[in-house]
Amino acid sequence: MYRAHILVCGGTGCSSSNSKEIFAKFESELKAAGLDKEVKTIMTGCFGLCALGPVVVVYPEGAFYSQVKVEDVPEIVSEHLLKGRIVTRLLYKETVAETGIRSLSETNFYKKQHRVALKLCGVINPENIDEYIAYDGYQALAKVLTEMTPQEVIDVISKSGLRGRGGAGFPTGRKWQFARNSVSDKKYVCCNADEGDPGAFMDRSVLEGDPHAVIEAMAIAAYAIGSDQGYVYIRAEYPIAVQRLQIAIKQAREYGLLGKNIFGTDFNFDLDIRLGAGAFVCGEETALMTSIEGKRGEPRVRPPFPAVKGLFGQPTILNNVETYANVAQIILNGPEWFASMGTEKSKGTKVFALGGKITNTGLVEIPMGTTLREIVEDIGGGIPNGKKFKAAQTGGPSGGCIPASLIDTPIDYDNLLAIGSMMGSGGLIVMDEDTCMVDIAKFFLEFTVEESCGKCTPCRIGNKRLLEMLEKVTSGRATMEDLDKMEKLCHYIKENSLCGLGQTAPNPVLSTLRYFREEYEAHVRDKRCPAGVCKKLITYSIDPTKCIGCSKCARNCPVEAIHGEIKKPYTIDTSKCIKCGACIDQCRFKAISKK
Amino acid sequence: MSKIKVSNVPFTGTPAQEQKLREALAELKEIPGGLMPALQKAQEIYGYLPIEVQKIVADVMDVSLEEVFGVVTFYAQFSLNPKGRYKIGVCLGTACYVKGSGDIFEAFKQQLGIDAGQCTEDGKFSLDATRCIGCCGLAPVLTVNEDVYGKLTTDDVAGIIAKYH
Repeated sequence: MYRAHILVCGGTGCSSSNSKEIFAKFESELKAAGLDKEVKTIMTGCFGLCALGPVVVVYPEGAFYSQVKVEDVPEIVSEHLLKGRIVTRLLYKETVAETGIRSLSETNFYKKQHRVALKLCGVINPENIDEYIAYDGYQALAKVLTEMTPQEVIDVISKSGLRGRGGAGFPTGRKWQFARNSVSDKKYVCCNADEGDPGAFMDRSVLEGDPHAVIEAMAIAAYAIGSDQGYVYIRAEYPIAVQRLQIAIKQAREYGLLGKNIFGTDFNFDLDIRLGAGAFVCGEETALMTSIEGKRGEPRVRPPFPAVKGLFGQPTILNNVETYANVAQIILNGPEWFASMGTEKSKGTKVFALGGKITNTGLVEIPMGTTLREIVEDIGGGIPNGKKFKAAQTGGPSGGCIPASLIDTPIDYDNLLAIGSMMGSGGLIVMDEDTCMVDIAKFFLEFTVEESCGKCTPCRIGNKRLLEMLEKVTSGRATMEDLDKMEKLCHYIKENSLCGLGQTAPNPVLSTLRYFREEYEAHVRDKRCPAGVCKKLITYSIDPTKCIGCSKCARNCPVEAIHGEIKKPYTIDTSKCIKCGACIDQCRFKAISKK
Repeated sequence: MSKIKVSNVPFTGTPAQEQKLREALAELKEIPGGLMPALQKAQEIYGYLPIEVQKIVADVMDVSLEEVFGVVTFYAQFSLNPKGRYKIGVCLGTACYVKGSGDIFEAFKQQLGIDAGQCTEDGKFSLDATRCIGCCGLAPVLTVNEDVYGKLTTDDVAGIIAKYH
């Protein structure tokens, strides 16, 4: 028994800011102080509050230390663990109360969250299967194998209302039913961990923080559809997740939870990892399967659907990491428990990766139906630097922008679709008034144009043409007719592309055209970028009433575009100016502006 | 899909590397869909996938060179060009982009005098735009080999380059 536990976050955000060194320092300091038999140090998965990383939590007090540095470790050991005095200066400021520490669950960031998929992230050591088992791990698999028929398993999942967390929201139970109904002596269970949406990292955090939850759920799915082999297709960009998953699979095999005759039944199941190699289109289900087969990851025509003819031509189900992370808990707590959370058609919770112009960047899990306002203002802590909320982008390159006027929309699958965005895998990027919506649409389209596999024409050529039109807009060369043409082309691409990538690629353009048309029109009609982002449309000028003629801007201009006489107002030669912004950063009198 | 740029750097693979590759391939040949893991292994050994290496893979895995080349050029992580000793990857994921990583990327291009996907003449630095690396809390982010730098501004670029010179 240990009298205290130190949890050091080993998620990707915290690992990138030295949490491994902090972990090692704790171990050596504890040893030096003779405390290593009394205090246990554990490397956990992501706590969610990445903006404040590296994060260290000390129990039993639950002291939440944020932005910890290696140099702080001796102080925590000698003060907190040796003398019992909490190091208040390092505590996350919201947890500091007059009477000591306020529980983390009472802070704004955690108060409205409800953790199901992330239940054990930041709680257990993901590299130790015993900790997962101590939290009822693999009990759901045991229950399924010994007490339930495969059809009963599918009925429970269907009844819970669980829908795919990867983007489109297809009912999971129905997908499993299709695969179960397909007759074949070989079937496959796949997990989509090719989280390619820029700005989304929930699947990574689940795999890093609670890999066994995914393994257990895949085994349950295999039993339900009658499969004995699974594949996890994971991005090679996620080395920590890959490594933890490898460790977890090895431990599960050693415990007999993967392999032959699991729990003494005649059920066999084993799991292999396949690494992606940087192709966004492989997040599409048929492309992913083609990639596992070792080929160019191009999508196939559906039907036949994977549930009939998928990987290696056999019936296959593919679910996303977060979807699997819910399965074992649904089996143990019952479908009614899961269906009690969320909205009428979207049950349960959803994990979002909060990013962009927001104070508390990180991972949040909320019941479906929570409003965007609650996520941005309460949980996210609002927009930093006193700026105004302009839009939130969900669904990555397949989604759209939600304007401030719709900030009270309850978030679920159907509401998001209705307002021209989509759930996607759960990236939620907040934008403030300094973000140009045309530029953002262009950014996403550049991404999809580069990632288009080239198999079908509407996506390959259509999106390229669409991007060229956007470039015309951002450089001030477009006409009002171009805006209408763009809209038409968007619909054409959506209706005619082969796979989800092409069918959703125009969404960022359509949604910004819908909600921020006046911003497009400003670019076209007035040749002006209201947010001051599009370089070709902004000009720098010096306000002669504010300029004192110190010459600092002129000395820092890389192209000698600023001229003048000392102590008299300077001027910018706009024909030479490359709009790098160096002068604005240098001016102490706020005399330079861009318009 | 980005344009295919074939390397003009002479191939310098050693017999030891080739033996290591052939041994690894013999095993991978047996698993279904082994071509991707085979190329990943080959890239791990050589650092990139010049045509000489692709020929070995095609030979041992018993697939045509055309198929190997097709797979290599489909996936962004397979490289036909050698990388620098220090691989700089600037994240252009949405969270980083919104926080100005595009400007940071431009600053690297200017200060190193190379374009995306290229390597400096002394073989020291190569520059790539990377997809989201998943630590959006630190945006904007870049990596130099295994080191991660976060919460950056364009002012930090010169200092980071100097650190590796």
